[in-house]
Amino acid sequence: MTPRRRRMIVVGLILIGVSLATFLALTAFQKNLLYFYTPSQVAAGEAPTGYPFRVGGLVVQGSVQREPNSLTVRFSVTDGTSTVPIHYTGILPDLFREGQGIISVGQINASGVFEASEVLAKHDENYMPPEVADALKQSGQVSTSYKDYQK
Amino acid sequence: MIAELGHIALIMALFMALLQSVFPLLGAAQGVPVWMAVGRAAGRAQFFFLAVAFLCLIGSFVNHDFSVLYVARNSNTALPLYYRISAAWGAHEGSMLLWALIMGLWTVMVTIFSRSLSQEFLARVLGIMGLVSVGILLFILLTSNPFERHFPPPADGNDLNPLLQDIGMTVHPPMLYMGYVGLSVAFSFAIAALLGGSLDSAWARWSRPWTLVAWVFLTFGIVLGSWWAYYELGWGGWWFWDPVENASFMPWLVATALLHSLAVTEKRGAFKAWTVLLAIFAFSLSLLGTFLVRSGVLTSVHAFASDPARGLFILVFLAVVVGGSLLLYAVRAPTVKDRVRYGLVSKENLLLLNNVLLVTAAASILLGTLYPLILDALQLGKISVGSPYFASVFGPLMTPIFLLAGIAPMFAWREADLGKIGRRVRYVFLGSLVLGVMSTAVFWDAKDIKTMAGLSMALWLAASALLSLWNRVRLRESALQGLKAQSRSVYGMTLAHIGIAVFLTGVVLSDRYSEEKIVRLAPGESSTLGDYTFTFKGVTEVQGPNFIAQQGDFRVQRGDRDVAEFHPQKRIYRVQRNTMTEAAIDPGLTRDLYVALGDRMDAGAWSVRLYYKPFIRWIWLGGLLMMTGGLFSAADRRYRLAIRQAEVWGESAAEKTA
Repeated sequence: MTPRRRRMIVVGLILIGVSLATFLALTAFQKNLLYFYTPSQVAAGEAPTGYPFRVGGLVVQGSVQREPNSLTVRFSVTDGTSTVPIHYTGILPDLFREGQGIISVGQINASGVFEASEVLAKHDENYMPPEVADALKQSGQVSTSYKDYQK
Repeated sequence: MIAELGHIALIMALFMALLQSVFPLLGAAQGVPVWMAVGRAAGRAQFFFLAVAFLCLIGSFVNHDFSVLYVARNSNTALPLYYRISAAWGAHEGSMLLWALIMGLWTVMVTIFSRSLSQEFLARVLGIMGLVSVGILLFILLTSNPFERHFPPPADGNDLNPLLQDIGMTVHPPMLYMGYVGLSVAFSFAIAALLGGSLDSAWARWSRPWTLVAWVFLTFGIVLGSWWAYYELGWGGWWFWDPVENASFMPWLVATALLHSLAVTEKRGAFKAWTVLLAIFAFSLSLLGTFLVRSGVLTSVHAFASDPARGLFILVFLAVVVGGSLLLYAVRAPTVKDRVRYGLVSKENLLLLNNVLLVTAAASILLGTLYPLILDALQLGKISVGSPYFASVFGPLMTPIFLLAGIAPMFAWREADLGKIGRRVRYVFLGSLVLGVMSTAVFWDAKDIKTMAGLSMALWLAASALLSLWNRVRLRESALQGLKAQSRSVYGMTLAHIGIAVFLTGVVLSDRYSEEKIVRLAPGESSTLGDYTFTFKGVTEVQGPNFIAQQGDFRVQRGDRDVAEFHPQKRIYRVQRNTMTEAAIDPGLTRDLYVALGDRMDAGAWSVRLYYKPFIRWIWLGGLLMMTGGLFSAADRRYRLAIRQAEVWGESAAEKTA
């Protein structure tokens, strides 16, 4: 084998390896993209059914209800215009409380309830998830207190 | 007063950094020895002023000077002294000052341990490091001055984020920054070599110990961060593929590739241009990590600070560093020729494969981390990339590394005899396979192919690393002599590769056999998880220095035997009114038991998380082994003799160490 042919083989192998890796990566990537929807978008039916996505907003005051003797919690999130009801079974994060901005991952079921697999609240009471801040802004409910915090 | 002193010291440090960069670089270009000599003194003076500034900041914290905005935001009169000191780097401004301080520390180290470098080369290295310091110090002074005052001062401070009131988070940032910033040394060496046109094996040999030490710190920092997330966040996980974790993992992967590629450059004079490129990438990714974490662009538990001006500054800085060095690379690299020939089956090619895999892994993390940000910036929608993506990309990429890392040292440079190696390792290979399958079947599940594959791979990796060592040892008359004859870097490499095996064991077993249960428990009730029975005795109220806690009391039994008592807490920090979960963990080499309180339910009942995590400690143990391996390699004797031998690298190529 001449050095030139040998080099071609090495280059070829690397090329095959890299394209295989890229293909695998992009396939996995496509499958794991989670889109964010505001409660208004969900209410307008823009969110996908049968596919997980994220929804976020403020937890509606007085909406948190626990089912007795189970770990299931029901609550709603709002962007000021629309609200989305959420069911979640498990332990809520430390900073989950009414009026707090949260993000939830899950799917919407046939009756329009968001079945959450994960609820995320930030570990800083003054911190607003950027998605939630934007959702509030879009619906004209700019919450200024969060902006003031840093200054 | 103290704060003003700190501010002035910071400005002085900036001037010193300017001196340190301008004169040596001009001096090296023009050949003026006096100018070049400025670098060393200016570098040390820069560190002195930074140390003064940092002490001033700590002083302000200790004295509760709430007229300093940064102190007011991150401290409180009730905060214990220990956390008042660590609060100095608990938020954005102070941690950037820490970054600069560590940069100064590395600069001083370079001025001390560089007697063997040529004056011109040292001047260039210090000049480049000075430029980086100038950038960071400007950033601090213009956008994030920790000494900013505000009047009237508040009566009391806002307190340190409760998550950071913890030993793990005290040590984690300095260690991680030591790693991040340490990569600037490798970067400066690479740029200096490009500038001077001296890309040779001597350069690689100088650069290697610095890269190793930075890598050791980076490894330690990541291990600490993972350990902290495990016990502090209360979710029982050790890695979340959170963008901030990714930000520290990308430079680690590239630095690991750099270490291996430096070995080839040092021993064989090959891969020169590639090594330079890796050094540039490693440091650029460190800067990117700082940018990602500190600009607040991420939706993440870590993104405490957010200010677009800062983000823009770091982005421009990043563009200058990456763009400038890549431009220099583009101009100079074509003149660098590898004249070394090697066969298809050779150590060179295996190390090339290692590099390709590690860099591909880093690139796929970069894709998953930056893609959502880019889409968001272009207003194309808000997405996030789920962690299954990272896991599914990582498995296939790491498998060849697990399979080859152990035996690669057995391959000869230039041309290796595959048949000979195959004959030498076949029994070890079969043994690992059988042992992996058998032990899984006996201890866990006879049908669990994944664990069998994982354990066999870990056993094979450890055994083949030892076999490679034995291969060197047996060349001597007696085993003892052979062991003595091996250099520290050989032991370091063996240890680090065994560390990967230990890590892999921990990942596989904790992933496959962890048990988790979320239950509702009233006092007196119990719940079983695996062989363990957790009994909930009730909750009492406990007072901390700056928090009130509900403390649970759990007893755990295995059969009739008492195993442990758990006292997990739900803390409420008085100032910020934040709730924090403090998990209680009973650690063990083969399993951790983990209890965290959830929410208070009706009638004195609580929701409780119970975990059984087999072999999870092995994950961090593996990381620590890799780190220790790095330390051994960095302590290798030949780096202290570096220069005398550097001119005759051809001689060292014969000695077959990687």
